[in-house]
Amino acid sequence: MKTFKMGGVHPPENKFSAGKKTKIISLPQQVIIPLRHYSGNPSVAEVSRGEIVKVGQLIGRANGFISANVHSSVSGKVSKIDNAMDAFGYKFPAVFIDVIGDDWLDEIDLSPEVKRVCNLEPHEIIKKVAEAGIVGLGGATFPTHVKLSIPQGKKAEVLIINGAECEPYLTCDHQLMLEKGEEIIIGISILMKAIRVKKAIIGIESNKMDAVLNLEKWAKTMEGIEVVPLKVKYPQGSEKQLIQALTGREVPSGALPIEVGAVVQNVATTFAVYEAVQKNKPLIERIITVTGKSVPEPGNYWVRIGTPFTHIIEETGGMPQDTGKVVAGGPMMGRALPSLDLSVAKGTSSILFIPSSESKRGKVFNCIRCAKCVFHCPMGLEPYLLMNQGEKQMWENMEENRVMDCIECGSCSFICPSNRPLVDYIRYGKSTVGTMIRNRKTQKS
Amino acid sequence: MNLILASVVSLGGIGALSAVILYFIAQKFHVEEDARIDEVEAVLPAANCGGCGFPGCRAFAAACVTADALDNLSCPVGGTATMEKVADILGKKAAAVVPTIAVVRCGGTCEVREKTNSYDGVKSCTIVHNLYGGETGCSWGCLGLGDCEVSCTFDAIHINPETMLPEVDEDKCTACGACVKACPKNIIELRRKGPKSRRIYVNCVNKDKGAVNKKVCKVACIGCSKCFNVCPYEAIEMGNNLAYIDSEKCKLCRKCVEVCPTNAIVELNFPPRKTKIEEPSTTGTEK
Repeated sequence: MKTFKMGGVHPPENKFSAGKKTKIISLPQQVIIPLRHYSGNPSVAEVSRGEIVKVGQLIGRANGFISANVHSSVSGKVSKIDNAMDAFGYKFPAVFIDVIGDDWLDEIDLSPEVKRVCNLEPHEIIKKVAEAGIVGLGGATFPTHVKLSIPQGKKAEVLIINGAECEPYLTCDHQLMLEKGEEIIIGISILMKAIRVKKAIIGIESNKMDAVLNLEKWAKTMEGIEVVPLKVKYPQGSEKQLIQALTGREVPSGALPIEVGAVVQNVATTFAVYEAVQKNKPLIERIITVTGKSVPEPGNYWVRIGTPFTHIIEETGGMPQDTGKVVAGGPMMGRALPSLDLSVAKGTSSILFIPSSESKRGKVFNCIRCAKCVFHCPMGLEPYLLMNQGEKQMWENMEENRVMDCIECGSCSFICPSNRPLVDYIRYGKSTVGTMIRNRKTQKS
Repeated sequence: MNLILASVVSLGGIGALSAVILYFIAQKFHVEEDARIDEVEAVLPAANCGGCGFPGCRAFAAACVTADALDNLSCPVGGTATMEKVADILGKKAAAVVPTIAVVRCGGTCEVREKTNSYDGVKSCTIVHNLYGGETGCSWGCLGLGDCEVSCTFDAIHINPETMLPEVDEDKCTACGACVKACPKNIIELRRKGPKSRRIYVNCVNKDKGAVNKKVCKVACIGCSKCFNVCPYEAIEMGNNLAYIDSEKCKLCRKCVEVCPTNAIVELNFPPRKTKIEEPSTTGTEK
C-alpha cells in the first residue's frame, strides 16, 4: 500500500466516533462569527449593530488577496461587532448575532437533489468559490480561491484530494465521505475544471475502507478520478507527504505544491465548493467531531460557524468529569484551549476532551542522542539540533538547518523518550527566522 | 652529564631561536592602535554588558577615542563618574547623563489577575508568547516566567514568587536594556529614574477595551482618560484604550495617581501622603 517514504509515527487511532451518523446541533441563542482566519488578513465587517441578517448573508468582506469573505450562519439581529477571544487566547474582531428563526437568503438552493452538471467557466468557478468565503477546512484555513488561482508560469497537473484524516480521534472527514460521497465527487470535478486538470487522486487512509469503497463507487460516474487507499501513518494527511505518497513527487524545500504541478484540497473543502457552486450556499456550517476517552457518546455533528463551544458541549452530553484538557483539533497538532468562551471557526474540526491523567507533560530529561526524532521526522530534519539551537537563540544556524521546512506535525515530540519540548523551540525558531527572512526581503527591495 | 648538557643546550637554543623569530614577527605584524584606547578601557567597568550599545568595553573605548564628542556615548554601568574619567583622558567634554532605570509596567499579580488555565510547557516567556495569550484573561500582561531575570547580568531583576511579577533592584539596575529586549510583550521600559528615585508610571500595557480589562484584572488601565484630563503638564497621552505617561514631561505632582479609578498608575518612592483618599496608593515594585 502506498505511503510516504520518510519518517512518521503511529499514535493510537482512537477513532471512537467512526461511523457515527452525523447529528445536527440546534441553533444557539447567539453566534460569534470571527472576522479573522488564521491565514491572511482579517475581513472587514459589512454589517452594523442592529442590522437584521439572513443565513448566508455577507457580513465580512475579504481584505486583500489572501483573505476570505465571512457570511452569517444564522438569521437574526447583529448584537455588536466587538473583540472575541480565539483559540490562541488573543482577542480579534468578531460579529455577534442574536439568533431569530432560521431564515435563509432566497438565492440559496435548499433542495436535497444533487446537482451534477456545472456549466461554468474556470474563472467563474473561482469567483464563486471566493464569494462563498471558502477556506481550507483541513485546519489551515487558507483561502481556497487563492490556491485555485495558479500563478503565472506554473501549471497544475493533478488535483489531490485529502481524505487521509491522519489525526487520531478525528472522524469528521470520514463521516462526510460516507454521507456525501456523490457531492464530493461532483465538487472534485468542479475543482478539476477550475484548475484545468484531467486527473484527480483521492488519498484515504486504509482505516476508512468504507469511505474508499463509497467514493470509488461515485468516482466511476466521473472521468479521471482515482481513489487510492494509503497506509495508516501519521502525518499522511500533511500536504507534502500526501503528494509524495500519491504521485512520487517531492515538493522542493521552501516551495509550494504547485512547483510539482499538484494542488491539494481537503474533502470538506471540496464539499463546500460543491455547495457554493451548485447550490449558491456560502461556507456557514461544517462537521465537527466531539470525542475523547471519557466521552460516553462520541459523535460527529453539523454545527453552524460561530456556535459557542459551551452550547455544543451542553448538547452533546457535557464535559466529562475527569477532563484535564480541552483541545480544538486532534491530539498531535490541535490547540489546547485557554478558555471555553470560544466559538466554532471555519477551521475547527473537533472538540477533544483529554482526561487529566493524560493531560500533563512528562518530566523533561536531557537529550540522550538516540536520534529517534531524526528517524521519525517526515521532513528529514534534525529536531534535537534545532531545539538545541533554539535554546541558544542561534537563528542563522537554525535557518541553515532548514527550520522553515518544519511542518510542526509533532512526530518528534511524540516519539522523544526524554519528553523534550522539541516542537515548542522549533516553532519559536520558525517565527523568529521567518521574521528575519521577511525583513531581509523588504530591505533588499 | 653530556646528555643533560646536550638537552639544555639544544632546548635552550630552540627557545632562543623562537624568541628571536617571535620578536621580529611581533614587530612586523604589530597592530597600530591608539594607545588611548587602552587607557580608556582601563577606567571602564569591564562588565561587557552591551548597555552602551557596543560589543564590549573595548569597542566602547575605541568609539570614545574616535568620536568627535562624547555626547552620544555613555556607559550606563559606570555612569557620570566613569564618563568624566574618560573625558579627562581624551580631553573631551562628557555629556550630562540622565539616570534611567528599568520599569516593569504590569500590576497583574496573582491576587488581582485570575488564572483561567494552567500552562504545563517550557518555562520561558518567549515560548509562551509564541504559543498563546497566557494563563490569565489578559493576553498583554506579564507571563511571570522570568526571561527578564535570566537576561540580567547585574542580578537586578527577579520574579517575586508571590506576585509572579518581576521586581527591579534600584541599586543594581544599570539600565543596560537587556530585560527590555528579553520581554516578548514589551512590558519593561527604560524610564527616568527621577529625583530621589521617584517616578510615576502607568502600570499596564493592555490595549483591549476598558470594560473587558476590568473583568480580567482589577488594576488594569481602562482608558477612561481621567488622568489625561487632570494632568497640568500634558505629560499623559491616550491611545488604544491605554494611558501613557511621558517620563520626560512628568513633574511628579501625583494628581493622576489620585484620580485613577483602578489604581493602575503607580507612584514609587514617595513619602506616604496625608490620607484624603480611602484607598492607599499602590507602592509598586521597590526593594
